[in-house]
Amino acid sequence: MIKVENLVKTFGRKKAVDDVSFTVERGEILGFLGPNGAGKSTTMRMVTGFIPPTAGKVSVGGFDMLDNPVGAKKLIGYLPESAPSYPDMTVLGFLKFAAEIRGLSGAEKSKAIDRVIELCFLQNVIHQSVDTLSKGYKHRTCFAQSIVHDPDVLVMDEPTDGLDPNQKREIRNLIRRMGEKKAIIFSTHILEEVEAVCTRAMIIDRGKVVANGTPAELKAKSDLAGSVSLKVKGIGASVVRGKLDALNEVSKTTTVEETDGKVWVRAFPKDAPKNGEVSEAVARTAAAEKWDVVEVFTEQGRLDEVFWNITLSDTDQSELSKQKA
Amino acid sequence: MGNITTIAKRELSAYFASPVAYVFIVIFLLLTGFFTFMVGGFFERNEASLTAFFLWHPWLYLFLVPAVGMRLWSEERRQGTLELLMTMPITPWQAIVGKFVASWVFLGIALVLTFPIVMTVNYLGDPDNGIIVGGYVGSFMMAGAYLAITCLTSAITRNQVIAFIISVVVCLVLILAGWPPVTNFMTQMFPDTPSLVGFVASFSVMTHFEDFQRGVIDSRHLIFFLSVMGFSLFSTAVVLKSIRS
Repeated sequence: MIKVENLVKTFGRKKAVDDVSFTVERGEILGFLGPNGAGKSTTMRMVTGFIPPTAGKVSVGGFDMLDNPVGAKKLIGYLPESAPSYPDMTVLGFLKFAAEIRGLSGAEKSKAIDRVIELCFLQNVIHQSVDTLSKGYKHRTCFAQSIVHDPDVLVMDEPTDGLDPNQKREIRNLIRRMGEKKAIIFSTHILEEVEAVCTRAMIIDRGKVVANGTPAELKAKSDLAGSVSLKVKGIGASVVRGKLDALNEVSKTTTVEETDGKVWVRAFPKDAPKNGEVSEAVARTAAAEKWDVVEVFTEQGRLDEVFWNITLSDTDQSELSKQKA
Repeated sequence: MGNITTIAKRELSAYFASPVAYVFIVIFLLLTGFFTFMVGGFFERNEASLTAFFLWHPWLYLFLVPAVGMRLWSEERRQGTLELLMTMPITPWQAIVGKFVASWVFLGIALVLTFPIVMTVNYLGDPDNGIIVGGYVGSFMMAGAYLAITCLTSAITRNQVIAFIISVVVCLVLILAGWPPVTNFMTQMFPDTPSLVGFVASFSVMTHFEDFQRGVIDSRHLIFFLSVMGFSLFSTAVVLKSIRS
């Protein structure tokens, strides 16, 4: 549905988006991750046709955004970053306007409006003017606007920003449900959101795509991914590590924590980890040595760690090590 | 066409959703009344015409029209709704025309509400109503020209006050270029080149509004006002395009 090829956007001398390509098909939810100013919003603005790209191509549902913007825009629902809406209109008036400009009329229009009012929990405020609403309601009003025409493509810039935890959950569930039939792009700073909602995630840093894959694939890039943690009681860390280091499957071990006779040792796999191989070996050793085991678990890897490693530029890292020294 | 209507409807309802519309209409009617009867000497003229009424329109519009139009695009930019509007399945031109038409219709409503003065003059005497219709048409066209200029200035800035001030200045220039004291002064300055004075004056709304007040609806004057509107709205499109890239 969405096809982006070699998208470039420069503002003055600054390259905000640098050669970004991706496709999103129906049934996919693509999560955009990245630090502030990484080019997420700029990319989304080009996908939705708000700003023209310096170079590259965007097509939505087969319509080129430059050659046939109206055709492409018909298929898109868009929630901009600040969730803008007309402050002097009522919620109902605003949704009516959104529906009409999307070409809905008559019974179809009222049905569509009723549907989004229910989906976005706006029943209590429909006759209130937008500028009297709280931030969460304003956000949901703009969200409602973006789905009123049941678009095939949904682009959302930080859809859960400024919502309370319950609302966040509702919106996430809504996105996940809609993702079954639509092509969705959304950006976020919240990593668990990516894990909870996306079928695919892209990390963007300084205008470039630096990682692209399913949340599980991204997590596997974490240094910790595949490592086995072992917590035992009543024995020294050095003994445990000595035994584990001797195992064929293990490349190295580290001591994570050692307190009041309780040690936490982490064993890293050799080569690419196979399913359960290392944890099996660790568990076998523990049983043979009759250690008093508290816990054994395999790390899935953590997205925040991957994010941190990938998006921290070399200069930042050297800055950091300087500070440490 | 449907999109233009939808945009215009929203814009027009936005005027009436806030006190702006009512405040504007009341002030407009009060001022037209004041200028017609107190300053224009409606009764002292002792003639059945609306000369005293139309005479002040270029000056009244100088402040009132920019006040109506200053928020058209600047507010859209400030609120971020420009992003919403420009990602809707409409062309920028439809949005520009829709918003302009809404404000113009609003000014038209205010103008129509001055109808009691037409009734008054018809009650008191026997005026030439053709001349009055001409005056109204000219006044409406002039309001449209001012409004299109305000449209352009409000697209240039996010700040309504700046949009207002620039519009007033531009409109003032368009008035002064044909205002008798200025044209007389220019004739004294450049006595050898009357064509220059005529050229400058031809850019003035005063020159073009005059004939309307005499009941003459001349295509040249219509073309002048329409081309000011066309040029300003086209420039608005250019400005909007440039701020988006």
